[in-house]
Amino acid sequence: MKKTLLALAISTVSITCASAQDLTINFTNLTHGSHFTPLLFGAHSADQHLFQIATNASDSLQAMAEGGSISALVDDLTALNADVISNPPPGGPTEPGQTVTFDLTTQALNTHLSMTAMILPSNDGFVGLDALAIPTTVGTYTYYLNAYDAGTEANDEVFAGMAGGTPGAAGFPADPLGRQGANATGVSNTENNATVHIHRGVIGDADPMGGASDIDSRIHRWLNPVARLVIEVK
Amino acid sequence: MHNMIQKIAISSAMVLSIFACSDNNNTPANETYRFSVQIINMTNAQPLSPPVAMLHDKNFNFWRIGEPASLALETLAEGGSGSDLLALQPGNPQFEATEAVPAGEDVEFILQTSDAEQLYLSVASMLINTNDAFSGVNSIELDSLTEGQTRVYDTYAYDAGTEFNSELPGTLPGPADGGEGFNEDRDDVTSVVTLHGGVVSADDSFNESTLSAADKFDNPTLRIIVTAL
Repeated sequence: MKKTLLALAISTVSITCASAQDLTINFTNLTHGSHFTPLLFGAHSADQHLFQIATNASDSLQAMAEGGSISALVDDLTALNADVISNPPPGGPTEPGQTVTFDLTTQALNTHLSMTAMILPSNDGFVGLDALAIPTTVGTYTYYLNAYDAGTEANDEVFAGMAGGTPGAAGFPADPLGRQGANATGVSNTENNATVHIHRGVIGDADPMGGASDIDSRIHRWLNPVARLVIEVK
Repeated sequence: MHNMIQKIAISSAMVLSIFACSDNNNTPANETYRFSVQIINMTNAQPLSPPVAMLHDKNFNFWRIGEPASLALETLAEGGSGSDLLALQPGNPQFEATEAVPAGEDVEFILQTSDAEQLYLSVASMLINTNDAFSGVNSIELDSLTEGQTRVYDTYAYDAGTEFNSELPGTLPGPADGGEGFNEDRDDVTSVVTLHGGVVSADDSFNESTLSAADKFDNPTLRIIVTAL
């Protein structure tokens, strides 16, 4: 049995031609009025995921998507022997238009890249990348990333302060622009799709002291894509 | 989309390797590079200001995401005039349309150069029923295009970061409003170039907006088709 496992491992290596890689990564917030909470990147094997479309979010993903906390996802990645970049300098939140640059060295079997960061303001919106096969040929590769909804919280768009960042608590926790409203009656109290899906976008309104939403429709809406990822393979 | 970008990245790497060899070859000194460029307005009802286009070297840009717009880009994005953008490199091959391009219509033209360093293309045009939205392509490399080859670029809508997206009457130059175009004040919440979040409109619960549902747009906004002749 041990011999069989060893043989399988060797054949996997030869099929994927896996080898350690040195990468430089540029990540840009493309939105005009949304901030991203601390960024998390992980290089891992092909069959591992931080999230998957049409699948229920893990508790760790929910904590990131509702409150921006990445500590549980970091633990998950570490347990998988992933190569982890957590909140790279200068550190979150990442402003509209801001680019964050860092180096990532991957181990031979960590051939795929994932990333997440919560979008503020939103209830459980996040920018994500799910298990991208890292290119192996020297060059510069550009990808555009979409906004996802974790499917774990109704998009009521009510500003709730820090309490809104607790997993399971209603409301959104913050707008780093400081342009959140007050007294909103709530846009929606149901989550139609409880699995991870493409975010429909925030609704917002133009009434900072009332209305249905504490999100400003003129400032905080986005269209996909919401981020640009440039991978330089050395 | 990912595949297309990957292919472009790979092909440009291939071009570099060809260039590395070209010192040893006798390339024609008087070769002319000609490109036909077609710009299609793919929006529902956003007229495009007269598009401008330029061939330039790899170091020039109409804009950079994350950096403040130049005064010339602000002039285009708020008022629709691209003349100042072209004046940044007055000697370069360039094109300026004579009229706006309505939704569903296109403009086509030819740019040519004999300078092998000037094989980068930028195009810009304002979505004129907005405060400061524009679209186009920024410094795309054309030196790997071979004769007869065509590339298609579907473009995003950008926000110049120079004017707050108030959508209020009197602030938009397009036919939906007929208001102010360029204004040197910069009062946006984000003061750098980013992608655009789209317009809200009075039909989407923003009663004070001078825009209607017809003015809404999504990405992509333009299709730009480039063919090496």
